[in-house]
Amino acid sequence: MIKFKKIPSSEITPEHIYYDRRNFIKNLGLILGSTALSSFTNKSFALLNTLPSFAQSKERDKEKLSSYKDITSYNNYYEFGTSKSDPQDHAHLLKIDPWSISIEGSVAKPLKLDIDELIKLIPLEERIYRLRCVEGWSMVIPWVGIPLHSLLKKVSPTGNAKYVEFISLKRPNEMIGQKDDMLDWPYTEGLRMDEAMHPLTILAVGLYGKVLPKQNGAPIRLVVPWKYGFKSIKAITKIRLVEKMPISTWMKANPKEYGFYANVNPEVDHPRWTQATERRIGENLLSPRLKTQMFNGYLEEVAHLYQGMDLNKNF
Amino acid sequence: MKLNQIYIKRFIFILSLWPILSIGIDILQNNLGANPIEFIERHFGKWTLIFLCLTLSMTPLRKITHINQWILYRRMLGLFTFFYASIHLLCYIGLDYQFAWVDIKNDISKHRYVLVGFLGWLLLLPLAITSSDNMIRKLKSNWKRLHRLIYLIAILGVLHFVWLVKKDVTEPLIYAAIILVLFLFRLNIFKLRRI
Repeated sequence: MIKFKKIPSSEITPEHIYYDRRNFIKNLGLILGSTALSSFTNKSFALLNTLPSFAQSKERDKEKLSSYKDITSYNNYYEFGTSKSDPQDHAHLLKIDPWSISIEGSVAKPLKLDIDELIKLIPLEERIYRLRCVEGWSMVIPWVGIPLHSLLKKVSPTGNAKYVEFISLKRPNEMIGQKDDMLDWPYTEGLRMDEAMHPLTILAVGLYGKVLPKQNGAPIRLVVPWKYGFKSIKAITKIRLVEKMPISTWMKANPKEYGFYANVNPEVDHPRWTQATERRIGENLLSPRLKTQMFNGYLEEVAHLYQGMDLNKNF
Repeated sequence: MKLNQIYIKRFIFILSLWPILSIGIDILQNNLGANPIEFIERHFGKWTLIFLCLTLSMTPLRKITHINQWILYRRMLGLFTFFYASIHLLCYIGLDYQFAWVDIKNDISKHRYVLVGFLGWLLLLPLAITSSDNMIRKLKSNWKRLHRLIYLIAILGVLHFVWLVKKDVTEPLIYAAIILVLFLFRLNIFKLRRI
């Protein structure tokens, strides 16, 4: 069981934005329930195109899951084009076998391994997380993956490891959206070391119990549920532990709109979209927008990471 | 108006209802995708811009073809622009925000793309109200002056789209280019003979 450090909400955020108690209990149950560890077989899942068996989260019914169809057809993945349907249409061009992911930089024991080796090294778990896009929509997604901290511990970070940089890849012939230079490819993201080590932060290789579809970031992607979706970089090839704060792709593209932290925060508005409310994907035409929750509802778990920080400046 | 012109006008009227028909088909076929409200909002937003371009192209067409008839359809197309802009706004207020006025007020005041879109619609209002023959007669030369607002509205409409998109401004720039060309016609850059 993971124990989260409890911080009185009054220290971090005004009482009125602290979400109601019932929601909090519900959410905590969701997290704890979904961290149930599971075993897996030793067959190559990439070859079988199925995931090794793992215990499903018992909390699947707590919050209505977004449909598999919605999760796999409404994506922001500019490597394949800027429309929401482009990733579904073009991601099949990406070759993900063979694939290797290297963990390097300020580490005592650098690692380079393929996905099969990775999931043999660390058992898979199902995690049901809300995903909040900076554009003001959200989903509830049952990921299957490994906690990032389990992997980082294997490489023994040195004292210089203050940040973690994640790098995707640049392959314009397969990622046809990269033929356009609108972003500085390859996509790059970063986390502070304590964010990367947080038990909620995972590397996902599966979705709905199946192998992660290419449009969702196969073969392996980051999921940081209390941050806006663009932080959760897809198709990772390198994880680099570094001393200086990495500059992420969106920070480079538009530093006024996208900060390093990108924590979901209804109080800090984005120049383009409201962050106070969100539209839950899959609801019907007459459903109201939902109030966006501080840290996407993971306040109790992550607020201590940002204690004393001005979240208006560190957006 | 001649009989054939009346038929053409009716034909254009029916064609102009296409955006309603096509979204109706999409709704019935469950074709709206994962974010149906956004789909409907964008649909009417785009059609507003298309009708704005069509409205603005009637005078240039008259000048190029030396056929006066085009001008007979301008008012109707302008009213369709207002019609689709109003549906677009109504989708935003009613469907997206479900009349949550405080949230709407915040959204308009904090986000420039929403603000210019809303301003564009506000400016369309007096144009729609003064579109009748009666008003044209009453306002005399002021009518023309008032209706020059359409140029400002076109700029606001394109800005609304440019500021909405995160990075890929290709589509909004296509509208910007079309409207720029139409503006150049108005400035008579192409030295067309006045009729």
